[in-house]
Amino acid sequence: MIPPRPTPDDAYLWEGAAEGRLLARECAGCGTLQHPPTPMCGACGSTEWTVRDLSGRGTVHSWIVSRHPSRPDEAPRVVILVQLEEGIRMVSNLVGVPIDDVRNDMPVRVCFAEYEGLAFPPFEAATSEASA
Amino acid sequence: MSVVRRAAIVGVGQTEFSKSSGRSELQLACEAVRAAITDAGLQPSDVDGLVTFVQDTNDELAVMRGVGIPEVRWTSRTPFGGGGASATIEHAAAAVASGAAEVVVVYRAFNERSGHRFGQPGSQVSAPIMNLHMPFGLDTPAKMYSLWFQRYMHVYGLTNEDFGRYTVVARKHAANNPNAWFFGKPITLADHQASRWIVEPILRLLDCCQESDGGVAIVVTTPERARDCASASVVVSAATQGNTMSGEVLFNYYHDDITTFPEADYCAAQLYGDAGLAPADIDVAMIYENFSPVVFYQLEAYGFCGRGEAKDFIADGQIEVGGATPVNTNGGLLGEAYIHGMNNLIEGVRQLRGESCNQVPDAQHVLVAAGRSAVILERG
Repeated sequence: MIPPRPTPDDAYLWEGAAEGRLLARECAGCGTLQHPPTPMCGACGSTEWTVRDLSGRGTVHSWIVSRHPSRPDEAPRVVILVQLEEGIRMVSNLVGVPIDDVRNDMPVRVCFAEYEGLAFPPFEAATSEASA
Repeated sequence: MSVVRRAAIVGVGQTEFSKSSGRSELQLACEAVRAAITDAGLQPSDVDGLVTFVQDTNDELAVMRGVGIPEVRWTSRTPFGGGGASATIEHAAAAVASGAAEVVVVYRAFNERSGHRFGQPGSQVSAPIMNLHMPFGLDTPAKMYSLWFQRYMHVYGLTNEDFGRYTVVARKHAANNPNAWFFGKPITLADHQASRWIVEPILRLLDCCQESDGGVAIVVTTPERARDCASASVVVSAATQGNTMSGEVLFNYYHDDITTFPEADYCAAQLYGDAGLAPADIDVAMIYENFSPVVFYQLEAYGFCGRGEAKDFIADGQIEVGGATPVNTNGGLLGEAYIHGMNNLIEGVRQLRGESCNQVPDAQHVLVAAGRSAVILERG
């Protein structure tokens, strides 16, 4: 796994994962929920941000199988673009689902994992009831 | 009418396209630049402007020293990688139209196969935005792009075989082009389907552009100066970039609808509006394809077919010579070479001069679309 190099604009994501929280930034000026993060709000110009806990529920908007990794001993991973129920999208991994069972728009929910000391937020399959 | 109509392309030059040039990137740049100046019937001392990519390793002074260009009053570099290929012409045209320079040479040269290979997996985060993508396994351009393409495949019901039908056409065009790496080597759909997965279930090997060594250069000047040049001139009818706020360079995850290519939609509106042209006026479309699905998005963005209809448009033969909109008549970046999209520009010029290996009869207007920049070229 390629580790992130957190910046002042995205450190909250990794700090949140370490606490078991999926976070997004919300503009303190106008309330815009922003992902990917930016230091200045494009809607109002504010540079003040708060973090908001997301429900961690969403659907698989698109997906691929990542083979030929930069570290050859890594197993193939399913990479997903998650459509979160708050209306933003986020790139993550889908775990615990065989490749043949991955479907667009399937409901997923965040779970947390650790890899070489780094906490990160992959997703797993959710039942329709759980994501409703 | 666009101000860039006050600009013309009067010379093109290139090295051979190979997998191992055996010489420096600077030598490739110098060879291509000198060839383009010669093609225009000009001298190095006539050049007073230079344009290349931000990613080019060949700095302007080194090229001047090698080619023998004594003085340059204007330089610029285009943003991003191949997505900015057509922006080089926009920059050069803006310079000559405004009077900032009179003779501008655009160049791009690299050893992208024998030197630094863009398609190899990264081993560390290369930019802050990649913090959100690379840790999850998106470590190559092929993977980054594929996570965008897969939604399009799902919504419009495509399989990888649909992309293969584009590749077969590109390789058919390349097979007839002695400049092309795959000259004389057409493929069948079965060959495409037998190539290995690069990103399952989106891209096979034969959906990916080549890795090539080579250089390309183009001379842009004023219409007045063009009348004195050796080659038939080509007018820059319209030129634009397409930068949108929710966009990113290697992927398209955050726009509201990712089954479209909003940057290309924007370019299309700008170009058709400035040139006073419609899709039916375009005789040849040169479309940047680092990966075959990008052609599908851009065929739809430029209105050659409706949304989701690119697979049928291609299957019906409409992108071949004789079809409604012949595409990538040099074989494109899959079939001819990957010179960061610049080889598609010189094929556009050749079509308008009547010099293409796969000539479209009486071509008057060529679109050269590079994703995040595009130009319409017109016979002079």
